[in-house]
Amino acid sequence: MNREGRGATTPHSIALSGPETFTGNRALDLEEGLIFEIGRIEVTGVDIAEPAPFRDRLGTQARTAPLDLPGLSEPEAMRHYVRLSRMNYGIDSGLFPLGSCTMKHNPRLNEKMARLPGFADIHPLQPQSTVKGALGLMAELSRYLLELTGMQAVALTPKAGAHGELCGMMAIKAAHAARGDGDARHVVLVPESAHGTNPATAALIGYQVRAIPARADGTVDPEAVKAALGPEVAALMLTNPNTCGLFERDVVAIAEAVHAAGAYFYSDGANFNAILGKVRIADLGVDAMHINLHKTFSTPHGGGGPGAGPVVLSDALAPFAPVPALVATADGLVLVEDEGADGAEQALGRMSAFHGQMGMFVRALAWMLSHGADGMRQASEDAVLSANYIRACLMDLMSAPFAERPAMHEALFDDTWLAGTGLTTLDVAKALIDEGYHPMTVYFPLVVHGAMLIEPTESESKASLDLFIAALRDLAMAAKAGDKERFLGAPYYAPRRRLDETRAARAPVLRWVKPAQVADAAE
Amino acid sequence: MTSVRYTKDHEYVRVEGDVAVVGISDYAQQQLGDVVFVELPEIGKVVTKGGEAAVVESVKAASEVYAPLSGEVVEVNSELEGAPGLVNEAPEGKGWFMKLKLSNPAELDELLNEHAYKDFLDTLA
Repeated sequence: MNREGRGATTPHSIALSGPETFTGNRALDLEEGLIFEIGRIEVTGVDIAEPAPFRDRLGTQARTAPLDLPGLSEPEAMRHYVRLSRMNYGIDSGLFPLGSCTMKHNPRLNEKMARLPGFADIHPLQPQSTVKGALGLMAELSRYLLELTGMQAVALTPKAGAHGELCGMMAIKAAHAARGDGDARHVVLVPESAHGTNPATAALIGYQVRAIPARADGTVDPEAVKAALGPEVAALMLTNPNTCGLFERDVVAIAEAVHAAGAYFYSDGANFNAILGKVRIADLGVDAMHINLHKTFSTPHGGGGPGAGPVVLSDALAPFAPVPALVATADGLVLVEDEGADGAEQALGRMSAFHGQMGMFVRALAWMLSHGADGMRQASEDAVLSANYIRACLMDLMSAPFAERPAMHEALFDDTWLAGTGLTTLDVAKALIDEGYHPMTVYFPLVVHGAMLIEPTESESKASLDLFIAALRDLAMAAKAGDKERFLGAPYYAPRRRLDETRAARAPVLRWVKPAQVADAAE
Repeated sequence: MTSVRYTKDHEYVRVEGDVAVVGISDYAQQQLGDVVFVELPEIGKVVTKGGEAAVVESVKAASEVYAPLSGEVVEVNSELEGAPGLVNEAPEGKGWFMKLKLSNPAELDELLNEHAYKDFLDTLA
């Protein structure tokens, strides 16, 4: 049932040089079933002694049908997961141009540091006196985050970007409540160019979302913000640089208008990696911003590891930071666990059970320390340079909206260049898989028709960028030359052919079901 | 006489007696691509013109459907729950979203007629 996507036929124009194999394997490209398809209950990787005779008390609850657990021997289990991993594509296998989520190289030094026993083998419930080094690392990370942003306080506990947004917005809600205008202010302004999580976050904590349309140049107009502000507005959430890869140049005027109306300014910091070391967030008038350690500071994510979304806060919001909070006392660093306690009198509560993602803190600080101030600044510059290089090299064949301005860390294209070819953005993305690349983000941001959003990050060399650009140029020329089959049938060479996204969404198969008929027929 | 009116957000309204049938236009379904899920309001919900009334989700995006007119939801197309593809097949037919009992029929005059909507679509091309 999971093999449906695998095409048995090859198109005429792109014939493979050999015959279809008898096994379904293609040399090193090995076919692999689901674990429930290959496992058998009677097989095990460990030798467990039979239990001594006992009398169970299950009565009528005793199971009568077999358990159907998939047993595998150790070599079978090893091969299963290694074979699956070979169908995967990650930043360690090639350029990963996903514009909606920074995928940069995670230096192995980070991993070495995170595996130091003093960081890796500690437990959140250990007495604080036995983890002074870990608390010291958290304090040092906080100092770096505050230095880089110019902000007053940081909450380390949020577990990822959207969780950080939630924390920042809850701080804003707590601040309004403390000020006495919490009930009156029930609206949050969110520009159309914001991340989708922004309106979702505002709605989750009971705010009504009011959209601000983008200007023709893709940025937010301060006049549009002023017109939407009022005594009912609690905050504005702005993504900067925005999802079109543009820096919001009027951000200071926007922040001033927001503050003049008695509201707070939340900045979505998911794209902080484009301005790290170049812009002090506090200078922009920001009251709260989350920082994706897993994007800006290279810690692994996207199936490769947990995220971490610390939130930096302005003076006005600092008192409402959640617990546990790190506080420096005469006796050294202390994690204040209870809201209302000394150092957390007005804390908004708790965002997570413990102090946050320790492993990510270690990796992020390792990245900061190994890069230094000059290295971090250069990382931003290289990320922006790489994106602009890609855009400049593809402009003659593809179409880029807002091209009159330099991009930030993302190169954005629309589908105007595909007009008349009979092909869509999706077809281009699928053809890119055949060329050995993970596709870019497609159909986002929504404000751009058939968007293709490419983020190379600072990880790629010029040689690597040139190969990627050459692949896209060849595809663009093939599309314009009418070589439709290359696109419409793509991917031809992936472990699975093009999947039926519509059927997958309309009638999702969320659970493996034993093919009863097949089993019966075999008996 | 039945006449169809449109909003610039690509909802349509077809007045039948004292109720108005609401859905999304053919252009909207084309832009969305294959619709995979529709979230309809509860019967009895009071909507105001321009306010959120439903959500339509396609393989490309999730979008809000705004109430083209103010009124009370008197019926919803529950067939869409099991067959969201009706929105693609017949947006102005079997793919309708909800029926509204209008609270301010005068609002109808503020919407685009078929000609004006077509002209509006031409400006988007």
